[in-house]
Amino acid sequence: MLKLTSVQAGYGRLPVLKGISLHVRQGEVVCLIGGNGAGKTTTLKAIAGLLPIRKGQVEFAGRDLTRLPPEQIVRRGLALVPEGRRVFATLSVTANLELGAFHRQDKKEVRQDLEEMLARFPLLKERAHQPAGTLSGGEQQMLAIARALMARPRLLMLDEPSMGLAPRIVAQVYDILKELQIVGVTLLLIEQNARAALKLADRGYVMETGRIILDGAAADLREDPEVQRAYLGKGYQEVWE
Amino acid sequence: MFLQQLLNGLTTGSAYALIALGYTMIYGILGLINFAQGEIYMCGAFVAVLLLASGQVSFYLAFAAGMAAAALLGLALERIAFRPLRGTHPLVPLISAIGASIFLQSLALLLFGPNDRAFPMQFTFQTISLAGLPVSTLQGAILGAALLFMALLVAFVRYTRYGKAIVACALDRDTARLMGINVDRMVALTFLIGSALSGAAGVMMAIYYNATYPRMGLLPGLKAFSAAILGGVGNIPGAILGGLVLGIAESLGAAYISSGYKDAVAFVILILVLLLRPQGILAGWQRH
Repeated sequence: MLKLTSVQAGYGRLPVLKGISLHVRQGEVVCLIGGNGAGKTTTLKAIAGLLPIRKGQVEFAGRDLTRLPPEQIVRRGLALVPEGRRVFATLSVTANLELGAFHRQDKKEVRQDLEEMLARFPLLKERAHQPAGTLSGGEQQMLAIARALMARPRLLMLDEPSMGLAPRIVAQVYDILKELQIVGVTLLLIEQNARAALKLADRGYVMETGRIILDGAAADLREDPEVQRAYLGKGYQEVWE
Repeated sequence: MFLQQLLNGLTTGSAYALIALGYTMIYGILGLINFAQGEIYMCGAFVAVLLLASGQVSFYLAFAAGMAAAALLGLALERIAFRPLRGTHPLVPLISAIGASIFLQSLALLLFGPNDRAFPMQFTFQTISLAGLPVSTLQGAILGAALLFMALLVAFVRYTRYGKAIVACALDRDTARLMGINVDRMVALTFLIGSALSGAAGVMMAIYYNATYPRMGLLPGLKAFSAAILGGVGNIPGAILGGLVLGIAESLGAAYISSGYKDAVAFVILILVLLLRPQGILAGWQRH
């Protein structure tokens, strides 16, 4: 469904991605793990069109997205929940959700989706008319996910959905991702919280300094001694769980 | 006397507020002070006056044409003077704006000459008594029209899809793009609306002062800039409040201190705000 072929991208003259190739099949949950500065966020930004791709190609549903701007890419069915949630703080929760569907012309169905989203996220319904900036971090993350879903994406990308959240809230966020997985939403997820991500995902890629160094089924990656040492903190498992 | 001055102040203040809205909206979305806003105001006045002088069009049509011409000028400025400079140092578009302002003033001087033009239509001024207050119907009409435009703008920003999209672009451009919002289009729309409001103010003040001339936008432009700062630049209710407060302060200053200092009042306020409360009087309130 989504296919990256030797994608290179970076900021200014600084190369960050040094040739990334990966793919996501329909209905799959794929996660991208790696330490700080590995290029995970950059990869998602490049796919979403926020960063120009210097070399390589991004294909989605058989069409080339490589040179499209972000506002066109979301129209093709690829939505990104950005790092740090980035809700529109002074706008109401409802307005944030409406903006998620900005490009859609089917007004009636947008209204339905809005109702559905508020029903699925009761916390947001209670705060529907509050400015999004007054929500807690976890609520903002829910809102950011709901807002992206308002675009009716065929593939949803999430950049560190657990960042800065309390463990209990992280579990709630992952419950929602699990629900999305069950209804067949395709997810591409990046995480520093590799444990949570690999539990949910079908497959995973491990990134280091702008390259993919390992890939495989999530279950295999969880057992991989190198991954365990570097990203799962083996030996501390008992402390965490 | 006091109440009459208050009303005079509100009338000119409503024009400052309309221009200040242009400054503040454009700043909100681009982080840019468009110093040619006063010339957009002048353009609106000239187009309406020239059309009316031709005797071919009705007052309302001339008014609408003045607003439309101002809006188109704003759009053209954005395309020619600002869009090519995006991503440069913030001083660069500022200088470009000042350049555009000088260019437009000189162009108007060349095309229309330096003399004042009277408004080509006579309005029958009446002074009616409203709750014991003498109120000029002209002032009432200007104030009413200005408040109507402001209410329309606030409703547009708050309740329409495009209004919310403009706010989204002002808050977080990248995330707005992820929502499928075309930022360039929203910037253009902002220039269009902000400039149309300035054009409306231009026509109204051309009637009020009965004078249209190439440099007419200079002082109102600078005062509206002060008003935008007073309200907290980027803040829409702040620009409205700032414009009205400035107009009143100026009018009262002229009446009770000295009319010679009338124009100084706005800039004294600007300096005081920058020194004491640079975030504007409405800072800390919800921005939109």
